[in-house]
Amino acid sequence: MNTKELIIEKVKEKFSESVEEISDFRDDLSITIKKDQIVNLGRFLKENSDLQFIMCKDVTAIDWATRKKRFTTVYHIYSFKLNYTLRLKSNIDDDPPTIETVSPIWPSANWYERETWDMYGIKFINHPDLRRMYMPEGFEHHPLKKDFPVLGIPGSLPLPNKAD
Amino acid sequence: MGLEAVLQKDGFLTTTIDAIVAWSRKSSVWPMPMGISCCAIEMIAAADPKYDIARFGSEVMRFSPRQSDLMIVAGTVTYKMAQVVRRIYDQMPEPKWVIAMGACTSSGGMYRSYSVVQGIDQFLPVDVYTAGCPPRPENLLNALMTIQEKISKTKARDFKNRSLAELEHSQN
Repeated sequence: MNTKELIIEKVKEKFSESVEEISDFRDDLSITIKKDQIVNLGRFLKENSDLQFIMCKDVTAIDWATRKKRFTTVYHIYSFKLNYTLRLKSNIDDDPPTIETVSPIWPSANWYERETWDMYGIKFINHPDLRRMYMPEGFEHHPLKKDFPVLGIPGSLPLPNKAD
Repeated sequence: MGLEAVLQKDGFLTTTIDAIVAWSRKSSVWPMPMGISCCAIEMIAAADPKYDIARFGSEVMRFSPRQSDLMIVAGTVTYKMAQVVRRIYDQMPEPKWVIAMGACTSSGGMYRSYSVVQGIDQFLPVDVYTAGCPPRPENLLNALMTIQEKISKTKARDFKNRSLAELEHSQN
């Protein structure tokens, strides 16, 4: 049994009802899971002794703009035991968008989720420190949302007065 | 006959205080290297033996704004960084000059984006804009020479006397 088959089998065994889609594109395995199961799936993938996905390499999101489930969060996790990177996805349909944090499972997700919150406005529930990552404190918008203008909103970022 | 020969004979020169002051100022412009991104590398190259900014009396890169006359803003200025750049500029003693080095500082350059200030002249009085992405060291030297030309035309009365209260306000 190769790595991908092993992962698919283990995940299906336990999460058959919550898995929405499993896709294999150019040797990249992606698992789309219902959003209320993302923490359970993450913990399972990390703690299962055959899988051991102990490293979270990235958390980001996609703004689909016109879809009913507008946002998708994307997690890239890595197993040293299998030498394999797995992609998890979760579609979010509520407004404002929220999803449970995975930072208790992978501490590295802490800052990734802050970045995702900063850029997309997705609230990570129970996140220990959900502050902005790049934009200044007090900024009210989320720049990577599709409805945010490229040049920004005039006056939303403070600039010093012109010196004489 | 050289100048030394004239001076040996107890010679003297007549000039104006303004001319002497302006000449002294332009001959030792101490830059504040505000190297924020890639332009900084070219700014450093301008100081190396090949281009040798010391030929123009500007080799003393001061990392304290309180000791510098010229701010070389070399790199992309974001809205977040703009506050810092302005704060450092305010700490420089008068008289002071500003070079906007490169496309980013002059106009935002290729970063036509919400996070980048589209030209530092929105919050700083720029004396010379330098084209290039990044500009070559020769180009920076040219900007420096332009500044020197500008300084040589100044007179003492061009610079206003700022009150102590005003200075304290701007430096805090």
